[in-house]
Amino acid sequence: MVSSSADSEARAYRNASPGLRFFLAATVCLILMYLDHRGTYLEQIRAYVGASMYPLQIAIDSPAAGMRWMRENFALRKRLIEENAALRREALIASAELQRMAALRAENTRIRALLDSTSRVPGRVVVGEILAIDMDPLRHRVILNRGGRDGAYVGQALLDAGGVVGQITRDRGDSAEALLVTDPDHAVPVEVVRNGLRTIAMGTGDLERLSLPFMTRNADIMAGDLLVTSGLGGAFPAGYPVGTVTKVDGSSGDAFLEVAATPAASLDRLREVLLVFQEPGPEISDGSPAPDDEPIPETAAVKVGPQE
Amino acid sequence: MKTPLWPVWLVMLLALAAELLPLPLAVQPLRPAWTTMAVIYWALMWPGRFGVWSALLVGLFVDVAHGSLLGQHALSLSLVAYLILKLHLQMRVFPLWQLTLSVIALMFLEVFVLLWIDGATGRAEFGPGRWGPVLAASLFWPVMMAGMDRLRERLERRDSSFS
Repeated sequence: MVSSSADSEARAYRNASPGLRFFLAATVCLILMYLDHRGTYLEQIRAYVGASMYPLQIAIDSPAAGMRWMRENFALRKRLIEENAALRREALIASAELQRMAALRAENTRIRALLDSTSRVPGRVVVGEILAIDMDPLRHRVILNRGGRDGAYVGQALLDAGGVVGQITRDRGDSAEALLVTDPDHAVPVEVVRNGLRTIAMGTGDLERLSLPFMTRNADIMAGDLLVTSGLGGAFPAGYPVGTVTKVDGSSGDAFLEVAATPAASLDRLREVLLVFQEPGPEISDGSPAPDDEPIPETAAVKVGPQE
Repeated sequence: MKTPLWPVWLVMLLALAAELLPLPLAVQPLRPAWTTMAVIYWALMWPGRFGVWSALLVGLFVDVAHGSLLGQHALSLSLVAYLILKLHLQMRVFPLWQLTLSVIALMFLEVFVLLWIDGATGRAEFGPGRWGPVLAASLFWPVMMAGMDRLRERLERRDSSFS
């Protein structure tokens, strides 16, 4: 254990005062944490440091990406043909569904126009990939290979084939950090498909479970109910599946029911996600002047962060 | 010839990469706290080159990599580095088992600092993901120490300023 270097190292060490340095370091850290917790002053620094770490993250992701590439390139011809046929069948069914959807969408727009209400229709989508990187074990955060340079923005909703995945929380230029719906800091406004009951689904820190903490005891909700995004709050487009209610428990004696749901998206084996660009529907111009003559800064308009 | 500093930072980079490496969901809570172990090792062995400020820098990168509060890991790691700078002469003469125990104690202290900051910002959580890394790291510490000692001794042998 004792090496010959101990003496010279100890001499070098004696010249400095670790106590003072730790005091300064702790002060710096406390100021950083205060600024980071209270506001968004440090997002720029975080973006730069994050961008500098992107090559490392790509490197970590590369074995997984390489494996996928190998699987795709060295797959058996027979299996590829089978897969191709299965995908073709799926595409046919999906396009048939889509035709029905087109009629329904036209009807929906007409009825909404009758009701004089605006709707935010989901516009185009971009496919993003999630890097195979584990972040904080206590949080459900992921890194996407799309960032501000691809048009992604903070607050943008992420979907997969099953339903809502989460939203982007930090933009790093070429990549972005996203929060999954199951993160304890995340909340998504939902409604029950069966009766239109609106509430909020919170993450629990468990990839298989969401919680609906604000259901009163007389709320009409039961196991098996499908939850979809309500579109309130504007972060998520309306009508996408969020999860299925699995358990409704009123035995705790609290004012609220304990309602648990499983997420609709397969969050434990995510690879590709859809980034949804929402296009605002026809706006109602009621002619009332803006409360301030100052133009609203653009950052305020897109600032739809996670619930904290 | 003076020993270059890049092996220290290369090891840090590898430790950071090991913390981000994808693992199956079941063993994720048992991922060893590699960066903490690396900080402890370098502060213990080369306190003149790796001190509080280096630990702070590593901590900032960990914070960004984990997406945690900026400064959280920086504070906990610089506290660990400070304590080791204070105690390194005693700790170096410990037998391995005793050294491992004191390293575990330091890691628990680090986790307490993290937990305290999480609590202060309203995100406190006690999961297996909180204590698992410390337990796993205590198993890996003797192995890592043996490997790192070989690297360090090779570097020091080439360095005239050490002897």
